[in-house]
Amino acid sequence: MSKTLAMTPETAQTETAQPDTTKPDLTQAASWKDYFQLMKPRVMSLVVFTGLTGLLAARAPIHPVLGAIAVLCIAVGAGASGALNMWYDADIDQQMRRTRGRPVPAGKVKGEEAASLGVVLSILSVMFLGFAINWFAAALLAFTIVFYAVVYTMWLKRWTAQNIVIGGLAGALPPAIGWAAATGHAPLNAWLMVAIIFFWTPPHFWALSLYVTTDYAKAGVPMLPVVKGAKETRKQILLYSLLLIPICLSPVLTGLGGPIYLAVAALGGLVFLILAWRVFASKAGDAADPRVADRALYDVTEDEKAAGSKAARNLFAFSILYLFALFAALLGEAVANVRALELLK
Amino acid sequence: MNQPVDNNDAAKKARNGRNVALALGLVAFVVLVFVVTLVRLGGNVAQPH
Repeated sequence: MSKTLAMTPETAQTETAQPDTTKPDLTQAASWKDYFQLMKPRVMSLVVFTGLTGLLAARAPIHPVLGAIAVLCIAVGAGASGALNMWYDADIDQQMRRTRGRPVPAGKVKGEEAASLGVVLSILSVMFLGFAINWFAAALLAFTIVFYAVVYTMWLKRWTAQNIVIGGLAGALPPAIGWAAATGHAPLNAWLMVAIIFFWTPPHFWALSLYVTTDYAKAGVPMLPVVKGAKETRKQILLYSLLLIPICLSPVLTGLGGPIYLAVAALGGLVFLILAWRVFASKAGDAADPRVADRALYDVTEDEKAAGSKAARNLFAFSILYLFALFAALLGEAVANVRALELLK
Repeated sequence: MNQPVDNNDAAKKARNGRNVALALGLVAFVVLVFVVTLVRLGGNVAQPH
């Protein structure tokens, strides 16, 4: 697929432009931190957390050193796919305020260096996980890297408004890899953890995209608010939130979550739904939506714009807290050996 | 060709930092392989046949 298919003319022009010979070569002064930034350390920390939770929630005996190496391999694999993403998406990153400071668009690291780092670390992390732990976990890690770097980054992101829905699978898989590392297999409970992150991703990212819509539109990324409009996005956020909460509650039926988890999932889920409803009822994203051409007709006041943006920001912020709390509860119960509920039995 | 950076000291310092980071990464990898070998073999090589 051509990289310029979904891009604006400005973006395509940027991609084919000749190197600027007047600019200093910043790559000479790139520090190791710039290379580390290629691995998206914040995403890595989330992956470490969910992967570790999967590993411990399996409640299977594993040597602590091997457990730590499994989590390290998952983190490095995630970092590798991040580096591949930064290489391929440099043209998009250049267009958006949030990402233009990244090492490749900022000119600190060459794109081919980012790609090389990604490929080398991908191979290293998968092979090491396979040799040190087991090949099922390694295969899941390899699938995750390929899914994120190829299926999401190179294909879905520039092609469909469902990019983050399907692509979210890559970010959702680390708990299953952790579980597979501890046990050699991935049963229903491991996939429930995957499902929680998978269904959490759309409302989380769409809430963000509602208040950075113009950046995505400028970069030619077909995010849902850009393609279908803010109103449809707010509806989809509410629908995915309604799906998410029962899935978050289901671990107490299957012997994964205990009473602490139940309390967190239920109370947090209620707050999540209230915030999702507020986004649905707001005018978040309307200010940047070209479909809302006639401002007088829609009567979007400055106060309503601010309130709508605030509702989206609140949901975005709370979604992070909710996911963290859910996995922290699972992790805490596993460490403290709290007996899981099995309400289905 | 891009212009060289003005501050050569900064480039030199950055290069040293990259080299040290790479060296530490390689040493850490060797140590990890060694430790994994010990852990994986540890319980088995001492077993009587």
